[in-house]
Amino acid sequence: MDRPKLSFFSIRRSKLSGDFIFEAVVGLFALGVIVLAFLLFRELLIESQLSWNTFGMGFLTGSTWDPVSEIFGALPFIFGTLVSSFLALLIAVPFSIGIAIYLSELAPEKLRTPLSFIIELLAAVPSVIIGLWGIFILAPFIRDYLAPPLSTYLGFLPLFQGPMYGLSMLTGGVILAIMIIPITSSVSREVIMTVPLQQREAALALGATGWETTRIAVLPYARSGIFGAVILGFGRAIGETMAVTMVIGNSPRISESLFSPSYTMASVIANEFVEATSKLYISSLIEIGFLLLLISVIINIAARILVWKMFKVEGGGRA
Amino acid sequence: MQNKITVENLNASFGAKQVLHDINIGIEKNGITAIIGPSGCGKSTFIRCLNRMHEVVSKARVSGKVLVDGKDIYDSDIDPVDIRRRIGMVFQKPNPFPTMSIYDNVAAGLKLNGINDKEILDKTVEESLKKAALWDEVKNDLNKSGVSLSGGQQQRLCIARALAVEPEVILFDEPCSALDPISTSKIEDLMTGLKEKYTLVIVTHNMQQAARVSDYTAFFLYGKMIEFGETNQIFKKPKEKSTEDYIVGRFG
Amino acid sequence: MKWNKRRLIDRIMSILTAACVVIAIIPLLSILYTVIINGISAIDLDFLTQLPKPVGEAGGGLGNAIQGTFIVVGIACLIGLPVGILSGIYLSEYGENRFGRMVSFVADVLTGTPSIVAGMFGYTFIVLYFGSFSAIAGGVALSVLMIPVVTRTTEESLKLVPASIKEASLALGIPRWKTTLHIVLSTARSGIITGALLAIARISGETAPLLFTSFGNMFWANGVDKPISTLPVQIYTYAVTPFPDWHAKAWAGALVLIILILILNISVRFATRRKYG
Repeated sequence: MDRPKLSFFSIRRSKLSGDFIFEAVVGLFALGVIVLAFLLFRELLIESQLSWNTFGMGFLTGSTWDPVSEIFGALPFIFGTLVSSFLALLIAVPFSIGIAIYLSELAPEKLRTPLSFIIELLAAVPSVIIGLWGIFILAPFIRDYLAPPLSTYLGFLPLFQGPMYGLSMLTGGVILAIMIIPITSSVSREVIMTVPLQQREAALALGATGWETTRIAVLPYARSGIFGAVILGFGRAIGETMAVTMVIGNSPRISESLFSPSYTMASVIANEFVEATSKLYISSLIEIGFLLLLISVIINIAARILVWKMFKVEGGGRA
Repeated sequence: MQNKITVENLNASFGAKQVLHDINIGIEKNGITAIIGPSGCGKSTFIRCLNRMHEVVSKARVSGKVLVDGKDIYDSDIDPVDIRRRIGMVFQKPNPFPTMSIYDNVAAGLKLNGINDKEILDKTVEESLKKAALWDEVKNDLNKSGVSLSGGQQQRLCIARALAVEPEVILFDEPCSALDPISTSKIEDLMTGLKEKYTLVIVTHNMQQAARVSDYTAFFLYGKMIEFGETNQIFKKPKEKSTEDYIVGRFG
Repeated sequence: MKWNKRRLIDRIMSILTAACVVIAIIPLLSILYTVIINGISAIDLDFLTQLPKPVGEAGGGLGNAIQGTFIVVGIACLIGLPVGILSGIYLSEYGENRFGRMVSFVADVLTGTPSIVAGMFGYTFIVLYFGSFSAIAGGVALSVLMIPVVTRTTEESLKLVPASIKEASLALGIPRWKTTLHIVLSTARSGIITGALLAIARISGETAPLLFTSFGNMFWANGVDKPISTLPVQIYTYAVTPFPDWHAKAWAGALVLIILILILNISVRFATRRKYG
């Protein structure tokens, strides 16, 4: 056969450098990911310097947000973000765990995949569309059907006092809950599915029903992973911008009542960044953004460590 | 006998676990050498050392010499890629490239080494498939996916793929363990035909197979080579007690 | 008696958890229903091809916003896909070291970046630098959200390629980098494409990163260094006005956007199912 045979040496040289170049190129792009993260932090840190120098720690505790006299305190937004996100968790967690249990343990085999697909589809709906729906459907619904009974039966609590116009902390919390259910439930479900089969079989062999097996053998095992899923949802809620901005009312006041409008860290950036004219105003908004990034990152790391542990220890459980 | 490969003091390990101890063996040119032994005896690791595939796994280490035509393939100036082109390998489970057609599977080794001349490729594909006794079954379906073939055909496709790069030695790592008896006998016939041009080494679980196809047989146990000799002698008059035990089925 | 009680609890829990599923699906159905009902009545050919008109004037559309969305998402892909896919290749093929683990960790952390913060980055990094809102700034902001997702999905799909396929290639004397590029990558192709499509679907609907990067524009795009209109930002702008006319436009825009995204999502789902069936 008259196939051209390359000399031993030329083959060897070209290949060695080929491998080296390839690894160097993909390695450079991988380095790009780290550079990106570095730039992200550096940019926000530098641009928020002015605000940090002007207000110091007072930025976190100040409750006045007055662009006219240039006094900026982020407390109302921190309050709004934390309360709306906790409210979202309060609503979403029971549902998410219920969904995860049903879809991994109790539902008929045939329904599991299509149902979880539909639930995860919600995560694909853009935030701005959920916000649009929130303004025109959810907010009026809460104002007309959810708020009146709450104030009638629980009106003795400061939480449910005062007038309700639709756009409120409560609406914000509900919309966040709707938005984090897909992630919390799907991660919980994955975590539950890592529980080894032997665990379930042991319980089933004792004559336990499906629910008893879940309660005795599965849930205790999956607890820390489910907690991770919840924290992951919390991180999602804190960073969520558009839908909340559209329904929470955008008023920088700290109020005890869930019926009052509120304001979140993400919302104030979305609303005011373009209008912010003075350097200090912009810098203050960027400092809020930096805080938001910091909180999200910490929460994400914590959640991942919790969920990861499950997969590490029990990764091959079902295989 | 003229040795194609001479192995001297070969040791191999994964991390802290040593899997081969001080192996010395000569592999005859244009012959079939079988490596037998119970699972976990290191026989697969051994042949993976012959074309430097052992080191592909992380934490794998090799020491000692493997001389091919007198040249040590573990010398620092040797590129493993060249060694693997000269010493082909057929694996335990058929592993055709799943996204490629039958034609492309056979041509892959040439194409990816820079040979793109259509005429050469066509010719090589046809010849290789003929040598692998697969041509008549697939000549009209060369554009079909390689994984659409049956298990036995896939394994012959993998043999054709290995032949296409014109190796001097072909290593078979339990090539029939995933196949039915009819496919197995086809591949055994194929190997007997191939030894005219190539040097063959086969690892097998199946002692009848070793007895049927090989000229020489080495018996491995616990990472050591216990006995090596002509196949007839090993099966009829083994010198070592443990070889005899294994052959009559007392363990493994 | 006791056995019956336990059976009863089992049934109740099944029903309760199933109810959770049903209740969680209601918002999705309601969203789809209202978007379709409200959107369909405002959609026509003009809506898809015309420029917006001032409030009070009838007609007009979001043609420029649809065009702008494709441009900004396209820019994000130009940056995000190469970086994401090549980093993913590094992680799966060469990433078993400290640097690799660090990249992996950073990519994980970046997936939690709030989208509004990505927008801020686009602003401080590009808008301030060039002195103007621009399509590029929007693309950069979106690529920040895209890169970690594509990196991880690429890495995961590549890791699913059986070692036996890689070994087959190496044993043919094909160098490692060609093995990765021609054999491993093509075997993992469908997984990588799926990941990329899902990432594109996700960023196509993002609004927050674009508010102060690509900003908005009432006219057709006239350069990637100029402010540009996008569908999500336009929907937001219309939604928060008091004009019913514009609300109708917001719904119609939402319908267009949701159709684009759902098509991407569902087709991906079917493509992968057929592949790995």
